[in-house]
This record gives sequence, structure tokens and C-alpha cells, in this order.
Amino acid sequence: MTEHKIISAIQVVPIEYYIIMCFALFSIGLLGVLFRRNTIIILMCIELMLNSVNLLLIAFSAYHSDPAAQVFVFFIMVVAAAEVSLGLSLLVMMKRNINSIDVNELNKLKW
Amino acid sequence: MNNTTIYIILILLFPLAGFLINAFLNKNLPGKISGIIGSIAVFVPLILSLIIFINLKKNIPAQTIYLSQWIITGQINIPFEFLIDPLSVLMMLVVTGVGTVIHIYSIGYMHSDNRIHTFFSWMNLFIFFMLILITGANYLIMFIGWEGVGLCSYLLIGFWFKNNEFNYAARKAFIMNRIGDLGFLIALFLMIINFETLSFNNIFTAHHILSQDTKTITIITLLLLVGAVGKSAQIPLYTWLPDAMAGPTPVSALIHAATMVAAGVYMIVRSNLLFRFAPLTMDLIIIIGITTALLSATIALYQEDIKKVLAYSTISQLGYMFLALGLGAYSSAMFHLTTHAFFKALLFLAAGSIIHALNGEQNLRMMGGLAGKLPVTFITFLIAALAISGIPPFSGFFSKDQILLNTFNCCPSLWIFAVLGSILTCIYIFRVFYLAFYGEYRGNSPDNHDDEDIIKPDKDISALHESPLIMTIPLIILAVLSLAGGFINLPQIFGGNNYLDNYLAIESAETGIDDTTEYFLISTTVIVVLIMIIIVWFRYTSKPAQGPKVITEMNFIEKMVYNKFYVDELYRFLFEKPYDFLSEKLLPTIEKGTIDKTVNSAGTLSLTLGSLARKIQNGNISFYILLMTLAAIAFLAINVFIL
Repeated sequence: MTEHKIISAIQVVPIEYYIIMCFALFSIGLLGVLFRRNTIIILMCIELMLNSVNLLLIAFSAYHSDPAAQVFVFFIMVVAAAEVSLGLSLLVMMKRNINSIDVNELNKLKW
Repeated sequence: MNNTTIYIILILLFPLAGFLINAFLNKNLPGKISGIIGSIAVFVPLILSLIIFINLKKNIPAQTIYLSQWIITGQINIPFEFLIDPLSVLMMLVVTGVGTVIHIYSIGYMHSDNRIHTFFSWMNLFIFFMLILITGANYLIMFIGWEGVGLCSYLLIGFWFKNNEFNYAARKAFIMNRIGDLGFLIALFLMIINFETLSFNNIFTAHHILSQDTKTITIITLLLLVGAVGKSAQIPLYTWLPDAMAGPTPVSALIHAATMVAAGVYMIVRSNLLFRFAPLTMDLIIIIGITTALLSATIALYQEDIKKVLAYSTISQLGYMFLALGLGAYSSAMFHLTTHAFFKALLFLAAGSIIHALNGEQNLRMMGGLAGKLPVTFITFLIAALAISGIPPFSGFFSKDQILLNTFNCCPSLWIFAVLGSILTCIYIFRVFYLAFYGEYRGNSPDNHDDEDIIKPDKDISALHESPLIMTIPLIILAVLSLAGGFINLPQIFGGNNYLDNYLAIESAETGIDDTTEYFLISTTVIVVLIMIIIVWFRYTSKPAQGPKVITEMNFIEKMVYNKFYVDELYRFLFEKPYDFLSEKLLPTIEKGTIDKTVNSAGTLSLTLGSLARKIQNGNISFYILLMTLAAIAFLAINVFIL
């Protein structure tokens, strides 16, 4: 009964709004990845992109009354957690090795 | 699998095994062991060939032994098969018999060479390919052997590869043979097109094609003839054989006298059912045969190198075989091939024995008076010389006589030329004989060293010694064969029964000559030859110390002959010079202008593109991600808007 209420509450807002918001979030994340030099910010922006996609998935799931996507989102969150730990350990190594967290410092591997 | 199949497999496997053992164990074996292995690898096939010879029943003369499938495409089916019939058995006996004797001789001749293992492995490989050539039941198997023996010939001519002259000689032999092989190969293609098979049995029984399509048959036989001419060193492709004497003497005896050069004759005899339908080719063979016989016998008169004389003699005798082939006297050709294998191998081995005694000296100028020092060599050489001159009862007499009779039967004018050839034969061979064994030893006279590039250490006559037993016993065996070899085909007028002719059972041209004429012809030839031997005797023994004529004393014609009629120079002028000229003209335009430019610009293009593309890899992570994103967007756009 409560479940049904939540879904109908979600459905009050039209789907286009969800799409636009997710697109905006995703773009902000992408631009952050592209133009920021601080590695921590870049990692955060990647998370932002991931979560915007998650949000979109759940929105569609609610609109179609299909719970499969919600299960799927949980999997993505687990993977994202692992990915964050990996990214942060890379960050630590980076700090130790070049004493900086600026990605543009890592430009030695080129022709 | 019947017995013959096992025998034929073993006959082929033994020389191959000998080759592999000697090639891979090489220096791990003592030289003598390697020689013994090599000899056994040829001796066992000889025994097996004898067994096959005995088992070969009169009523089933030909047996095709099918080993496996090989090439099957569309209409064409070429299996791996071997043919056992009187002809191939005769050749097997000659090759393995003479081969064994020469292998044993080589143990002694090559004992001081440190590459003796390589020598024996290549000799065994040669025997292997020669046996494949002989026993193959279709033209393709024959061609495998044909190419294989050419390869071994090349390897063995250039055996002493440190001398560049020898390498050039090997290359010359290889290239000359290649010209012939091309003819053979095209003939094979034509046969595939016209007969859709290469098996002897199927081709020779395809009467509807053979009897009707004379033009095709003529072309095929002409091309086969080109192959035979290359392999058997006939005009115009004979110039490689004298140069091939660069190889060790046993090689000259085995490959360039007894077996490989006879392969062309064998091939034509094998294809006699084709040649029967091509009278034009047959006439051409007669012309080639008699011209070669006379020309090379003439050149042999003035050669100074003992092996060169024998080489020209081989060419001349092969010319006789071709003459017999052209006349359709196939079994006479095979008979002469057999006896020639015996006495020419003997001549070469005896010459090798002289060369061995003189520490590698081959020039007749440096010999003389060797009779007392090398008695076995002397007697065996004499037997071989009498055999090649055609003195009864030596083997060469019977075989050459048969060819002469066949010639007379065809056209008496040709007979005169053939007799002239046999007179020349006896002159050049007895010239060598007297120069080497009679008179005074000239090896230590200083005047003879003037025109030598390398002065060999003088050898005192007393230091000369006869070759060891391992070399003289083969000489004696071959001498017995040269003496008695003629009796395998004793003609009727001497109370024989033409055993070989009946055995081979190849339809040959009949000689319709009555006995009186035959006696007359034979006695004429023999008497003329005997007179010539005596004249040569007086010519070369009257002035004991005299060696061969020096070039400065020669008149114009003698100089021509001495320089081998300038045939090598003519070929150089006709083929090499234009080729060089063309090459030089084409070098700047075709080679450098077109080919080099194309290849080089391909390289430059990829370098230029690479230097543009590598700008993308600048090490900036953000830039990579940007590109990745743009690419993803681009693919998405293509997917959505275009597809």
C-alpha cells in the first residue's frame, strides 16, 4: 500500500524532468572530469556521473513498475564503492610518488 | 603389402637413412665409419634390386606399386606410385651397382678430407633421388627425382666451396639444368591438360590421343627432349658438364658419367611410346646426337685436363645414345648406357687414382711414365680405354656396334659419321692413355710450370705409389664389368641371344641387315680403330719426353678446338652480354625509378601519417578523456541520426 503511494508520488513529476535533471547532473560530472585538475574532484565527479545514471534508472523503473532496475542499481553501487576505494588508493600512491594530486603532472607517458 | 612393395620401400629408405645419419651425426662419426655407412646404404638396395630382378616374372613384367594418394584435384589424380618393370630394374641395378663400387672407392679417395661426412651424406641423397627418378610410375614422381639429382649434382660440384671457380661451375650446372627442367615442367603441364593424368600406364595407353593429335604429341616430346638435353648434356646445353669436373672425382664418376647424365636417355626410353608418334622429334634427336658425339669428341682431342677429356668423352658417348634413341633403337641405347656406366666410371676412377697419386694434379702435361708406378690403375685404364674404343670382346664393342648397325640400317651416310666419331673416341682416349702412362714423367720438369698459376710441390717419380686396396678393388670390379658387360646382350651373329633386348622387351627398330654385311661393317670399324690406336701410339711415344702441344705451337684450327670452339664465349656473347646490357639500361628507370620509388614512398607515407597521429598522444589525461567522450558522442550520433 505504502509502496504504491511512493510510486504514485514519483509519477506526479513527469519523466522529462527526471531526464533533464539526470542529464544536467551527468554533464556537470563530465565537465568536472574533463576540466578539473584536482584528482579528488575528478573522482567525485565520476561518482556524480554514476549516480545520475542510477537515478535515471530508478526513475524509469518506477514509471514502468519494473523492480529489476532497482536491483541493478544496488549492484552498481557495490561496484562504485569498490571503484572509489581503488581510486583513492591510486590517489595515495600518486601523492607519495610525485607529491601532488594534479592529474596534469602525470604526463610522462607520451611519445 | 606384398614383398616387392617392401623391397621398393627399403630400397628407397636405405639411402635416405644413410643421408640422415651422415648429415646429423656428421663430425661425431669417424670418417671411415661414415664411409662404411654410406656404402652400406647403397649396397643393401643393390641386393634388394637383385632380388627383385630374380623375382620379376617373365609373364608379369610390369608391376605398379601404389603407396598412397598424393594430389587429387578435380579430374587429376596423381598418386605416389612406383613402377617395377625390366627397364627400371636394369637402371636400379646399374645405379646401385656402380654406386656401391664408387662409394667404396670414395672411402679411400676422400679419406683425408675433413668434410667426408658431408660428402657421403650428399652422395647417399643423390642415390635416393636417382632411385626415385628411376622407379617413379608417373612423370611427377620422376620429376621429384629429376630435380633432386640436379640439386645433389650442384652440391657435389661445389663440394670444395673454398675455390670460387668451383662454385661458379656448380652454379653453371644448376642454371643450365634449370633450362632443361623448364622444358620438362611445361611438358608435364601439357600432359595434364591433354591426358588428364601423369601416370605412365594411362598416358601410353591413351591411343585415341596418341594416334590422332600428332601436333600435341610433337610439342610434348620436343619439350621432354629439352629436359633430356639439359640433363644429359647434349647440344646446345652441354657446356655445364666439362665444368662440372670441379667436383671430387668419385662425383664425376657417379653423377656426371654413369648415372645422372644418363637420366635423359632413360626418360626418353621410358617415354618411347610417346616418341614413336613424333617422327619430327626423333629426327631432331638423331641430329642432336650425332652432332654432339662428333663435336665433343673433337674437343676432347685437345684438352689438357685428364678429367675434361673424360667429360667431353661422356658427352660424346651420350650423343651416341641419343643417336640410338633417335633411330628408335631403344634397347641399344639402354645397352650402351649400361656398358658406358661401367667403363666410364672405371675411366674416371682410374683417373682419380692417378690424381690421388699425384696429389691432386689433373694436367696431362704433368703426367707421363706412370705405367710402372701405378700397375693396377694402368691395366684397368687400358681395359676401359679398349672398351670405350670398341675393341672386341670388351663391353663397349657390343653396345657401340649395335648402335652403328642401327645407324647403317637407317642411312649409310650417317653411319660414316658415327664411325668417324668412334675413330675420334679411340684417338682421344689413347692420347690420354699414352700421355699419362708412357713416355717420361714430366711432373718435375720446371718448363711445365710456366703457365701455372699455382705451382704445386714437385713430386719425384720414386715417391709415387699405387692407391690403397680400397681404391684398387673397385677398379678391378669395374674392369671385370667393362670386360664382360657386353655379354649381357651378345648379338646373334656371335652366338648370343640378345638377352637384354629380350629382357627389356621394348619394341625396337629391326635391323634387317644380313650377316655378311654385318661382319663386314664390324670388321671395318674394328680394323680402322686398331690402326688409329697404333698411329696414336707412334705419335705420342716416338718422342718420349713430349707432352701435349703447347698453345703457341698450334695452328688456327687446333686453337679453335683447344678453346672448345669458343662455345662458352659465344653463349656469353649471345645471352649474358644482352642480359647485362638490358640490366644496366633498366637500372635507372625500372629499378630505381619505379620499384625503389614505390617501396620507399610507402615507407615515407606511413612515417608521415605516424608523425601526425602521434600528436594525439600528449600525455594529458583530460585530453584523452575528452577525445573518448567526443568519440562516444560521435558514435551515438551516428547510431541515432544516421543508422
